[in-house]
Amino acid sequence: MSWIAIIVLAAGTYALRFAGPVLRSRLSVSDAVKRYLTLAAVALLAALIGTAALLDGTDFVGVARPAGVVVGAVLAWRKLPFVVVVVAAALTAALLRLAGIQ
Amino acid sequence: MIRTRDPIVRDVSALCAAAVVVGLSFGAIATAAGLPLSQIVVMSAFVYAGGAQFLAVGLVSAGGTALAIVLAGLLLNARHLPFGLAIGNETLGASRWRRIVGSHILTDESVAFALAQDDPAQRRRAYWLTGVALFVTWNIASTVGAIAGSALGDPNRYGIDAAFPAALLALTLPSLKDSASVRVAVAGAAIALATTPLLPAGLPVLLALLGLAFALPVPGSKRRPS
Repeated sequence: MSWIAIIVLAAGTYALRFAGPVLRSRLSVSDAVKRYLTLAAVALLAALIGTAALLDGTDFVGVARPAGVVVGAVLAWRKLPFVVVVVAAALTAALLRLAGIQ
Repeated sequence: MIRTRDPIVRDVSALCAAAVVVGLSFGAIATAAGLPLSQIVVMSAFVYAGGAQFLAVGLVSAGGTALAIVLAGLLLNARHLPFGLAIGNETLGASRWRRIVGSHILTDESVAFALAQDDPAQRRRAYWLTGVALFVTWNIASTVGAIAGSALGDPNRYGIDAAFPAALLALTLPSLKDSASVRVAVAGAAIALATTPLLPAGLPVLLALLGLAFALPVPGSKRRPS
């Protein structure tokens, strides 16, 4: 892999990370806009959760992973501790795969 | 697991345990793809984005050009800009130094942990704890994986691939306070899922921002208190 690619990717990624907070401090942000900026993060997180839970690349990932995420989701909704949510999600997917269900 | 009464430290350590497995796997896969240790270490420290790093290694294996690697990685990482707009400098901290370092540790997880807190001081603390802990974990794990390989093998065996979306979900639930935020979340996920087969990685997640339209006040309707 070329060093140029790594350096440009690193610099570009840092610029993307740095730009958000700087832009927000330069603009005078009303409470309404603040709310939309938070909602934008919610939309992105939901998109990441949805695609990470269901897809591997562009294909359906199989049953085990979504089943684990659903178990985690139910436990999170029932307000169980975060650690329990994460471990239960992983354990569900791992046990299903152990049982031969992908 | 670390013994502590501090819920944020406890929660972050759970995420770090999962990140160890993925980091080891990244180091091992990157080495198998022919990357030298120096490049793996520099990538984990300075690109510091798991998705883009796996994507870059995959493109190297497939014979992708440097330009393709950079463009694909930046497209995948473009979501960091709206994430940064959402958290702002109040989450990073007041000093110049905190802004410079704090920007680098912005990840899906550190943003999600920050947004899950109500109080601004707790928000800042959660962001920094998550950011620093994951940065250290990711760098050590990927370096060890590159040198020693991952004796643990495929992270999916342990269900780590289910742990990360479940963790993000648990952290996002508190933000779904009203019907508008639920509509935005459902629309965002639906848009990303529907467009993923058609578009390059990264773009479907950005398109999810169109889901914000579902939070706009409906013209002609009475404003209801939410």
